Amino acid sequence: MSQKNMNNSEDKLVDAGVLSCQNKSRRNFLGKAAGASVIIAPGVTLIGISSAQSNTDVDGADSSKRWGMLIDTNQCAEGCNDCVSACQQENGWGEGSTDESHSNPEQQAQWIRTVTVRDKDTGHTNQLPMMCQHCAEPPCVDVCPTGASMQRADGIVLVDKHICIGCRYCMMACPYKARSFVHESLHDQKAYAPRGKGTVEACTLCVHRVDKGEQPACVESCSSGAMLFGDINDTNSEISKKLKEVGSTQIRADLGANPSVRYSGL
Amino acid sequence: MLIDRLKVRIAIVSVVLGALFATSFMAQSQSDAENSSSALNKQVTTGESCVKDTSWMRRNHMELLKHDRDRTLRQGIRPVDGSIKECVNCHATKDDHGQQLSINAEGEFCAGCHSFASVSIDCFDCHSTKPEESVVGTRR
Repeated sequence: MSQKNMNNSEDKLVDAGVLSCQNKSRRNFLGKAAGASVIIAPGVTLIGISSAQSNTDVDGADSSKRWGMLIDTNQCAEGCNDCVSACQQENGWGEGSTDESHSNPEQQAQWIRTVTVRDKDTGHTNQLPMMCQHCAEPPCVDVCPTGASMQRADGIVLVDKHICIGCRYCMMACPYKARSFVHESLHDQKAYAPRGKGTVEACTLCVHRVDKGEQPACVESCSSGAMLFGDINDTNSEISKKLKEVGSTQIRADLGANPSVRYSGL
Repeated sequence: MLIDRLKVRIAIVSVVLGALFATSFMAQSQSDAENSSSALNKQVTTGESCVKDTSWMRRNHMELLKHDRDRTLRQGIRPVDGSIKECVNCHATKDDHGQQLSINAEGEFCAGCHSFASVSIDCFDCHSTKPEESVVGTRR
């Protein structure tokens, strides 16, 4: 008997007002049977959806993954700016119609920047790219009053600009100065990287590319091969093998934010 | 006799006046209808059909977009019905010189209805108003 038929028969019983004591056991049975089919029904629906679309994105961000990056600062060539310009082109910031020409240079967006660090004792310098470190315990998410600053199941930290009120607490909380605030109206943004006045933004780890199974733009453009991207939870991934092999550090590891971006050669 | 003539004259004048009023009223309502229909019936430029039928989309597109934006951004579920990118890819048009027009420009797909209904939208403060570069070459 189908669920519809059962419901109909139960409706008839209720409508007719014939639920006497003898019928109670029958009613209980019907209730239980109906309950079982309700449990089955969502299962059937789920199977239907998963078989209809084979794209892996149907399931969304996978919590078994943790996307991360390993940056070899010894290979990062002094004066090279490839990662920054690739990010600008990919995500539409710092150039063209989205260059924020009315803002001060300190106010303009910097999703990624190159930083030169110098050892005070030896005078040795290293250049490294610095961007959102996609922390496992992100302080920006902790302080956000609206829930706009959020972490995906696969560890990518994003700003939900639909509900960002532009208070900039997250910018204060970020130890890496990774976030920017848009001060002026923009137009002709990239279709997959919306950005607009009054909201905070940062490196998205090129989430639109990662969801397609591609590498972030900066990693792809790095001519010296200093940047390695992958799933650091997967022990067989290239990045995990490399992390096991070479010593790497998290910047400001003392803060306990556990960044997913690690640096070697520092 | 005199009273009868007067009555006839009054009747004729009232009929003429009535006819004049009726004509001007009909002309007015017709021009209103023309304005509203040109704003509301912006044609789809590409694709066979929308993700849902037109009457449903007219009333509920905002709910679809709002629901699916959270699924995409927060859960990473990419193939969704309510994708604003797809709205723009399908409904943005080009002008006579082949220049791509913004979907929220005056008289265009989004602005056509929204200015008529006097409902302002924030979508395009952040979102692109023109189709993705990858689909531009394939469009009519």
